[in-house]
Amino acid sequence: MDFGPYLLLALMEGTVMAAVLALTAVGLSLVFGVMRVVNVAHGEFLMLGAVLAWFVTHYVPGPPVVGFAVALVVCPLIVGGIAALSDTLILKRLNYDPEATIVATIGLSYIFQQAALSFYGPDARPVEAPFNLRIQFPWFGYSGYKIAVVLAAIVILLAIWLLMTRTRAGLIMRATQLDRDTARAFGINVDRVYAAVFALGAGLAAIAAVLIVPIQQAHYLMGHDPLLLSFIVVIIGGLGSLRGTLLAAVVIGLSDGVISVFFSPTLAKILATLLVAMVLVFRPQGLFGAKP
Amino acid sequence: MAAIILSARGLTKHYDGLKAVENVDFDLKAGQIHALIGPNGAGKTTFVSLLSGRIPPSAGTITFDGEDITQLPAHTRVARGIAYTFQITSIYANLPVFDNVALAIQRKGTKHLHSDTMAALARVGLETRADQIAGTLAYGHQRLLEIAMGLSMNPKLLILDEPTQGLANAEIEAFNALVRAVTPQTTVLLIEHNMDVVMDLADQITVLNFGETLSSGTPAEIRADPAVQTAYLGG
Amino acid sequence: MTRALALHIAVLAALFAAQYLLPPYHHTNIARIMVLAVFAMGYNIAFGYTGLLSLGHALFFAAGLYTTGLGIELWGLSAAPALALGLIAGGAIAAATGVLALRTGGVSFMIVTLMFAQAGYLTILYFGQYTRGDEGFVITRAARSIGPIDLSADTPRYLTALALFSVALLINLALTKSRLGRAMIGMRENEERSRMLGYNPFRIKLIALVISGLYAGAAGAAYSVLFGYVGASFAAIQYSILPLLYVLLGGAGTTLGPFLGALLMFYLIDISSGYTTAHLFVVGAALLVLVLFAPKGILGWVRDKGAKWLP
Repeated sequence: MDFGPYLLLALMEGTVMAAVLALTAVGLSLVFGVMRVVNVAHGEFLMLGAVLAWFVTHYVPGPPVVGFAVALVVCPLIVGGIAALSDTLILKRLNYDPEATIVATIGLSYIFQQAALSFYGPDARPVEAPFNLRIQFPWFGYSGYKIAVVLAAIVILLAIWLLMTRTRAGLIMRATQLDRDTARAFGINVDRVYAAVFALGAGLAAIAAVLIVPIQQAHYLMGHDPLLLSFIVVIIGGLGSLRGTLLAAVVIGLSDGVISVFFSPTLAKILATLLVAMVLVFRPQGLFGAKP
Repeated sequence: MAAIILSARGLTKHYDGLKAVENVDFDLKAGQIHALIGPNGAGKTTFVSLLSGRIPPSAGTITFDGEDITQLPAHTRVARGIAYTFQITSIYANLPVFDNVALAIQRKGTKHLHSDTMAALARVGLETRADQIAGTLAYGHQRLLEIAMGLSMNPKLLILDEPTQGLANAEIEAFNALVRAVTPQTTVLLIEHNMDVVMDLADQITVLNFGETLSSGTPAEIRADPAVQTAYLGG
Repeated sequence: MTRALALHIAVLAALFAAQYLLPPYHHTNIARIMVLAVFAMGYNIAFGYTGLLSLGHALFFAAGLYTTGLGIELWGLSAAPALALGLIAGGAIAAATGVLALRTGGVSFMIVTLMFAQAGYLTILYFGQYTRGDEGFVITRAARSIGPIDLSADTPRYLTALALFSVALLINLALTKSRLGRAMIGMRENEERSRMLGYNPFRIKLIALVISGLYAGAAGAAYSVLFGYVGASFAAIQYSILPLLYVLLGGAGTTLGPFLGALLMFYLIDISSGYTTAHLFVVGAALLVLVLFAPKGILGWVRDKGAKWLP
């Protein structure tokens, strides 16, 4: 293949990557933004979503598209429920102390990994795509499903944006983010908002997981890389800023896709993690953060 | 005429357009007790925070002991002899009383840390409570501990931010005696709301209002100043 | 001799006696626990005493482990200088990390240390042709000796681990009684107050982190020679969490807490593996229980219950 088409292919792979990453990272960013919680178990929520998607598609009869549709609804709900429970039972009792919550979410991530290992096993298993469509370009054919993933991600992110800016629920979340004590004084049930936001963040990771399993298999350790990449995206985008997170997801996703095609993916990751560390040290508001 | 130990020129601090301290010129004579008064929000704490280096100024210069210290970080200024006691009591609440004062003394370097620390505690009458956890002291004793930490550094300049707040009358008497005893070796800059303490102790008074110097002079001059009376004393 | 010193010497004596009293099965275990406890002690100096919650200490452990391991295998050094280099590497990497990471604080500090450690881990994988990546490499038995003493044999290995542990523990004890130790605790308790007493927070924290890194480096270096295996899993995030877990369990800011935590956690997993293979669950549940119900750990609790002299 010539360089031009090769680059196009890399860019398309990068776009798929960016779309899924944006979903995952927006979930992490939402949780950090509203609750000021660094959720180390976020990658495990994604993993749980993927593993659950395998169970759902495996046991729901009928054509793949039915099982997939069920998984797309059920998995985020279950994962969101687990997250809400974790918040109420654990994080709330720690008063959201930053250091204690990080230790607690590390503990949670081990427990989730063990749960997946015990009930699902150590193997990586594929989930069949809901449809098989190959779009033929002049130089290569491309999976129609991957393009559908990008479109789905855009629709969901738009929905999140509408939720945050145009609805009462979004208003309540933003009010809580600004000042939780004042929000409480105005009669907002902050505990419920926190549980809901934690569930929403985890649910977004689960949706990303369901979308990605037909491309990448479900495995009990698969949460590690998405967690790291989401961290990178959220930090470079500016902690807690949704717009910055989205922008960073696109940049990181695309460049990771392109760099991984042309160079060693390990080197790309080394550079990305070092970049994140340097951003936090020298530009804590993020590369795209507005305020100095 | 005593030497000037600290002077500020054009000292200014703005927060997002809010003028907390505006273009203040200020001189502190060595060995004196200088009181800083003014209504709430006049910028007194901001002003001494600029002097001690806790916050950087927007403009202006500070000279201490003949050297420009405007760019020095707070801990270096402390090492040069500017001690600061907090308005809101800031002690090591989880550590014993002894360690609180030992931390203040050991930094200067001493061969007799234990006896020096006990002596510093005895100065404020806390020597019998050396092993008690500082956070469990009564409020008045916590204030005294805070002052002991400041005094025990043997500073050239001691900045006391509302030291008598919450103290009982008997404790205030003892405090006054304590402060008088450290002068003239130590210069004292005192933010104080209690006018009796100010009139009792101060050699010089500066009145701040809306971040600017309203008036400066001896207690008698300040009492007689009509501008001060309108803005503050008689209101 | 104070009560504290007597207690520490008693612990060391008990460990010396353990090799004659316990069946051989435990000798390797306890040697390993002592080396890991040195790592955790280093972690405790940063976290327990100075209040620096790092999520990247695997980097310092791995610096010691790989410097010594590669020193022997690639550059043909003998064990003694390789060990010394490993110790220095731990301190040097901690210094480099600290100079950058200590410009931040709190959550940012945790993430920056996490990212540096991750970059270190990936670097080990990237240079797989030398480090053999995840698979790791074994250090030749012949190279694992100092002079005539074969450190891969049971008794010398146990005694070497005990010697390292003793030195580390006694230095730790001396540190807590020293002015530097008090300044470190002051930084943990009230940084702003310390600053206004004339302490440079950056300097105190950097010193604490370098000491911490020297401990971790020494532990890593000893691990490679005593147990003869060097692999990338020692640089992974799990090995940053492990000392945190030990310290939380035993008691943060206590000299014996890291050892007690390592000992209990090691045998908790060892015994539980007789009933279940769910190691990850044991670790995860332990973290949750500690942070929810016993944030001060075992010795922290004992200290609160009256043993105020416990260092």
